[in-house]
Amino acid sequence: MRQAAPVKTLKIDGRDLSGRQEETILDVARQNGIFIPRLCEMDGLSDVGACRLCLVEIKGQNKLLPACVTVVEEGMEVTTDSERLQGYRRMILELLFTERNHVCSVCVSNGHCEMQMLAQRLGITHVHFPYRYPKEEVDASHDRFVIDHNRCILCTRCVRVCDEIEGAHTWDIMGRGIDAKVITDLNEPWGSSETCTSCGKCIHVCPTGALFEKGRSVAEMLKRRQFLPYLTMMREENE
Amino acid sequence: MSKKRLATVWLDGCSGCHMSFLDMDERLLTVAGMADLVYSPLVDAKEFPENVDVALVEGAVSSEEDLHKIKLVRERTKTLVSLGDCAVTANVPGMRNPFGTKAVYDRAYRENVTFDPGIPDQVVPALLPNSRPVHEFVKVDVFVPGCPPSAETIYYVVTELLEGRQPEVTTKTRFGS
Repeated sequence: MRQAAPVKTLKIDGRDLSGRQEETILDVARQNGIFIPRLCEMDGLSDVGACRLCLVEIKGQNKLLPACVTVVEEGMEVTTDSERLQGYRRMILELLFTERNHVCSVCVSNGHCEMQMLAQRLGITHVHFPYRYPKEEVDASHDRFVIDHNRCILCTRCVRVCDEIEGAHTWDIMGRGIDAKVITDLNEPWGSSETCTSCGKCIHVCPTGALFEKGRSVAEMLKRRQFLPYLTMMREENE
Repeated sequence: MSKKRLATVWLDGCSGCHMSFLDMDERLLTVAGMADLVYSPLVDAKEFPENVDVALVEGAVSSEEDLHKIKLVRERTKTLVSLGDCAVTANVPGMRNPFGTKAVYDRAYRENVTFDPGIPDQVVPALLPNSRPVHEFVKVDVFVPGCPPSAETIYYVVTELLEGRQPEVTTKTRFGS
């Protein structure tokens, strides 16, 4: 019996497109130059659907679905940009800004921050919610790196890259809801971690200024993201 | 057409937005041709006047004096502009918030003072519990983020507003800028 071709055809924003059956809406959109905002998703890491910025509308469904974890289906009709979606995306970003202390002007990542750039792209000029101003810690106990919890948005890219690519699993998440935070080992100072290999991958996947190299001042922390797809590709070739 | 009435206000900020305003350089002459600067740290008016068309507000609302001022500005102004990150987000002045006012007072008036340490109860206005963005206290009509917004951005915003148009700033400036 002839196997059905593992290709699905679908419409994204009115365009007729196709993707392999295991690909997500975000994969297909990206291949075709359609921009869908996201802060937790990263090419080369597993997908968690945590930030909810990539929510899209699918015809025939009331529920919005995250494009990064929704696999393409035959005949799907996807809308990636509508007033409703823009409203939700702005709301999510504004809530992220109020949740901790994101002071762009004095941040190591000023000018290179994914969240800052996204806010501008989505037309955010101010935040409609009251700021929380929580007291968050900065752990500078590591020889070369710093974690500033004020800037962390809990995207978990550091947790995933450390586990999936470096294989160390130094990072994890502790606590729930508003009290959740990223930790090293069993919530010990990063500098005394026995599992951290000091590879620096977490620094470079972090979308904001939460993770940075020591000695970097305002706007000086440039992140090199290109290593990740390259590393994944080389490993796949060797297998 | 009679000249419009422009004002600038300095709350809890570093005056960098006012420096950026002055960086308009020769374009200040164009602005001066369109409006009278009726109140500003740059001119000698003591009281915020009535019937202001456009007020640019720099700085967060951090003290009782700031709060008094911003309410007066709102009452007497048609178009109130939050100028710069301190006015829009509380920015650097807001970094004291997680620590509380007691820690701030102690640092400023006790720990670093050699002569007669003590918290002033006259002249210096009392701090509010938190330093907060202007729009958390009064209605703001136009938001111009940036630390500081560039002279180009300020010139664009001011001239658009003075000519009765609504400026669109997101392509020109952003948080942190």
